[in-house]
Amino acid sequence: MIAEPRLTRASTGRFEARTQVLTSDDVARATRRMAHEILERNHGLTNVVFIGLERGGVPIAQALAKALQSIEGVEVPVGSVDVSFYRDDIGSVALLPEVTKIDFPVDNRDVILCDDVLYTGRTVRAALDAVTDFGRPSSIQLAVMVDRGHRELPIRPDYIGKNLPTSRGEVVRVSLDGVDLGVVVPEEQE
Amino acid sequence: MKDLLTIDQLGADGIEEIMIAADSFAEVCQRPVPKVPALRGKTIASMFFEDSTRTRNSFDTAAKRLSADTMNFSAGSSSVSKGESLRDTVETIEAMGVDAIIVRHKSSGAPQQIARWAQASVINAGDGWHAHPTQALLDVYTVRQEGRGFDGMKVAIVGDISHSRVARSNIEAFRTLGAEVTLVAPPTLLPPSAESLGATVSHDLDSVLPDTDVLYLLRMQSERMNQALVPSLSEYHRTFGLTRDRARRLPSKSLIMHPGPMNRGIEISPEVVDDPRVRVLNQVTNGVVVRMAVLYLVLSSAAAERTSA
Repeated sequence: MIAEPRLTRASTGRFEARTQVLTSDDVARATRRMAHEILERNHGLTNVVFIGLERGGVPIAQALAKALQSIEGVEVPVGSVDVSFYRDDIGSVALLPEVTKIDFPVDNRDVILCDDVLYTGRTVRAALDAVTDFGRPSSIQLAVMVDRGHRELPIRPDYIGKNLPTSRGEVVRVSLDGVDLGVVVPEEQE
Repeated sequence: MKDLLTIDQLGADGIEEIMIAADSFAEVCQRPVPKVPALRGKTIASMFFEDSTRTRNSFDTAAKRLSADTMNFSAGSSSVSKGESLRDTVETIEAMGVDAIIVRHKSSGAPQQIARWAQASVINAGDGWHAHPTQALLDVYTVRQEGRGFDGMKVAIVGDISHSRVARSNIEAFRTLGAEVTLVAPPTLLPPSAESLGATVSHDLDSVLPDTDVLYLLRMQSERMNQALVPSLSEYHRTFGLTRDRARRLPSKSLIMHPGPMNRGIEISPEVVDDPRVRVLNQVTNGVVVRMAVLYLVLSSAAAERTSA
């Protein structure tokens, strides 16, 4: 399961699933397909590193690395990045940051950024700034399990698990157990 | 959290929040470029009505690593020396457009007063004998970094308790997290109500030493001699200083801490300063890290409260 973000204030709602979009088998199949696409596009894995976006993207990065390990028998470095300090809306969401872990050089590497859901593109924009603070990769590519549309920035994914048209009021929850489309209902106040 | 004035306002959860954020900033500080754009466009003013080099530099470095703009204000070189009132000074600084004010003042309660006047966030960088919350936060962070639980931990704070804001804030912080605090000092350097601070009191360092996880030495200020609170500095060193002999009797896993600047030969013998249990430089490094966390949390939650209001 993908952990819930830690909030500095009490969370104001709870996720309620309405439709299951992908089962856990579907997620595993999409992961394997994306792994093959990454392999093909980069002509192997010698120059590839994975960086997952905290928190939802980290399990996706790990799953892709595991799939590539079983396909190619190569261990790909996996890091994680928390973009809290690079956001354009600091203060409007009170999240506690995770510790960024990029303990390999990114200079001249092909960095595959991984996230669970691509929505406005603002998180990815922040991640691009965060990763380039660590060095100058030869390329940065983007892998997401779900592309739900509604982009607000000129950002597009290179590898997509599932294209999922949504309305802005809906919420997509991704885990390795499956993908659900639902809504957030306000928590009853005690 | 609009302001950070005391440790008590935080509670255990508030301290833990700052520690979690500090872990992230510790990683930022190890990068080749130790800087993030988190507080870009924010202005942070330091108002130090009392001398301080390290606390001021520590806050200044923290603000710069968060990409904030900084404004420095010293009482000596400002209009305070021309007779301007505290309130006028604060309002003038605020009119320049600042988001946070870091205050060091010789009078207890001055930051609280400023927080009532100011729209900006106020961070207490030490007021009189009252509180020095960021010092206590960096101290508990330094202990937490060793990976030990605070529950039942034995902390001994040695020295001039009665004139020490560092002692007061540290007692609050360590006790909030579940540690037991013993104050070790001659009766002349203990406040009359020492027990009401929630700590045990002792006048005998040697009996406390063998059962101490954290030995926290306070700075002995030489003006206390003039007030005849201590017979002499060498006498103080013999009875309350960390001598080589006492260091031998301190358990091997204990930590030795000091808020700085250290008086070698008074609180601590010169030959003990390099003991592997000493964490003084970790405290300094963590000072920047923890102050980044405080500035980030205060300024981002202040913004969140404005948006939700």
